[in-house]
Amino acid sequence: MTPRQKRYWLGFAGVFGVPLVWTSLFLLIPYAVMLAVSFWTRKFPLFVPDFQFGNFRQVFADPQYLEVLLRTGKIAALVSVFALALGYPLAYFLIFIVRTAKVRNFLYMVVIVPLWVSYLLRAYVWKIILGTGGVLNSFLMWTGIIDQPSGLFLYNQTAMIITLTYIFIPFMVMPIYTALEKIPPRLIEASHDLGEGPFWTFLRVVLPLSWGGVVAGATLTFCLAFGDFVAPSLVGGPDGMLVANTVQTQFGAALNWPLGSALSTVILLLVLTIITISERSERYGKIDLD
Amino acid sequence: MHKLYWWQRGLLGVVGGTMVYLYLPIVVLVVFSFNSNAVMSLPLAEFTFDWYRKVLANEAMLTALGNSLIVASCATVLTVVIGVPAALVIDRYRLPGLGLFRRTILLPLSLPGIVTGIAMLNFYRQLGIPLGLGAIIIGHSTALLGIVVSQVLTRLSRFNRRLEEASQDLGAGPIETFFKVTLPGIRSAIIGSALLSFTLSFDEIPVTYFLTGRDNTLPMYIYSTLRRGITPEINAIGTLIILASLVLIVASVSMLKDKD
Repeated sequence: MTPRQKRYWLGFAGVFGVPLVWTSLFLLIPYAVMLAVSFWTRKFPLFVPDFQFGNFRQVFADPQYLEVLLRTGKIAALVSVFALALGYPLAYFLIFIVRTAKVRNFLYMVVIVPLWVSYLLRAYVWKIILGTGGVLNSFLMWTGIIDQPSGLFLYNQTAMIITLTYIFIPFMVMPIYTALEKIPPRLIEASHDLGEGPFWTFLRVVLPLSWGGVVAGATLTFCLAFGDFVAPSLVGGPDGMLVANTVQTQFGAALNWPLGSALSTVILLLVLTIITISERSERYGKIDLD
Repeated sequence: MHKLYWWQRGLLGVVGGTMVYLYLPIVVLVVFSFNSNAVMSLPLAEFTFDWYRKVLANEAMLTALGNSLIVASCATVLTVVIGVPAALVIDRYRLPGLGLFRRTILLPLSLPGIVTGIAMLNFYRQLGIPLGLGAIIIGHSTALLGIVVSQVLTRLSRFNRRLEEASQDLGAGPIETFFKVTLPGIRSAIIGSALLSFTLSFDEIPVTYFLTGRDNTLPMYIYSTLRRGITPEINAIGTLIILASLVLIVASVSMLKDKD
């Protein structure tokens, strides 16, 4: 090894040592341990190391777990659709309707900043808006639209979809905004010059070119909504528990870590699959503008 | 101002509605933190600072706030100390396995927090690491590593490597070059992502939930209070948290923005 090569590898080891050890020890190995525990057996109140597929069989054979998985999928899909329906127009508006860069940057900031502001509080506030003694009910009674407070607004799937959509709109806007920003205005002008109206220009030029952003936003929203347990535990009712709440129970009252780990592994694999498919489709559908 | 088409007016309507949807809840939270009635309903009662006074007198809440500040500070320092070298290696070296390394670091960002939380809980239990603030700090710094790594990587990809070569040619060693050339080039990305890590760690729930011991962080304290019932005190502390987060995040986003 020449001194130059030696220096190269010494530098590599010196810079890389701590991050590699840290990431393996505190990230990679924990995921592996979770996978291992999902094969264990529960012998109440203990868990015995084992290698059997009973926990996974239970997840897919017991209608209770299958049902909650399907419900979670449905809710996460609905949230993605609604967040897209509201987020896309918002991103489109910022890029194509707002004329000045200063206003656009300001509004963009206003839209995405809530993304990082206390997730818990943003879920909590819907509890006080939709609750029986809450803002919406008292407003409707005050204006005389209803004369009895309604319990219909809170503790159900609708409340959960409203809350999760609210939380994830910025996630949707961000990648779509980035995709729309990259579309050269000359392509849209060309479409107009060739006689296409705004509708067909949108459908044939803008939408295909922003598809990558739509896929990225929908993927992130679906995956994160799929594993949420805070919003359902605050605003979801008995029929609104999601798979993450079931996992939570296995590590609490039900005290069945192997089953909880198996459920969690299923979420992990599902999310990884979705991310991989979405990355592939993004690459496949990519249109080269250069 | 040119005349708007019908579809542009419709679009404006949707956009306006969405903006209301995004901000009305925050307005509700703030308004009710100043409302004297303990029941959060309309019409509003009198203006009061009582709930803020109660927050300042609430020992348990203040202890939780202190814990959260400790956790967020330590986790932020760790994400930077580990994340910046990790980003440098990913950017500079071409080796098999580095792609996997990068994906692993970024994984917790797109994975529901509960999966990472449970993985860590299982791991700590097997190793006998006690749950508590220490465990939470390790958990947060690991889960948020991806924020620093992704932002620093983005900045490094646009960094002009010739500057480093020039520095080496002029006789500076690798360490001197890093501190005098590379670091100033990526400084704002580091500060921006550190501010973001701090805010996210301060607000974190899903990982914390599984690693918490006897000491509560502020979000965990609020979360457990909420399950017993809601009080306007939550609105008061919530308003303060949102205000602080807004300042940190606006600072962070402007640091992370490329000035080209």
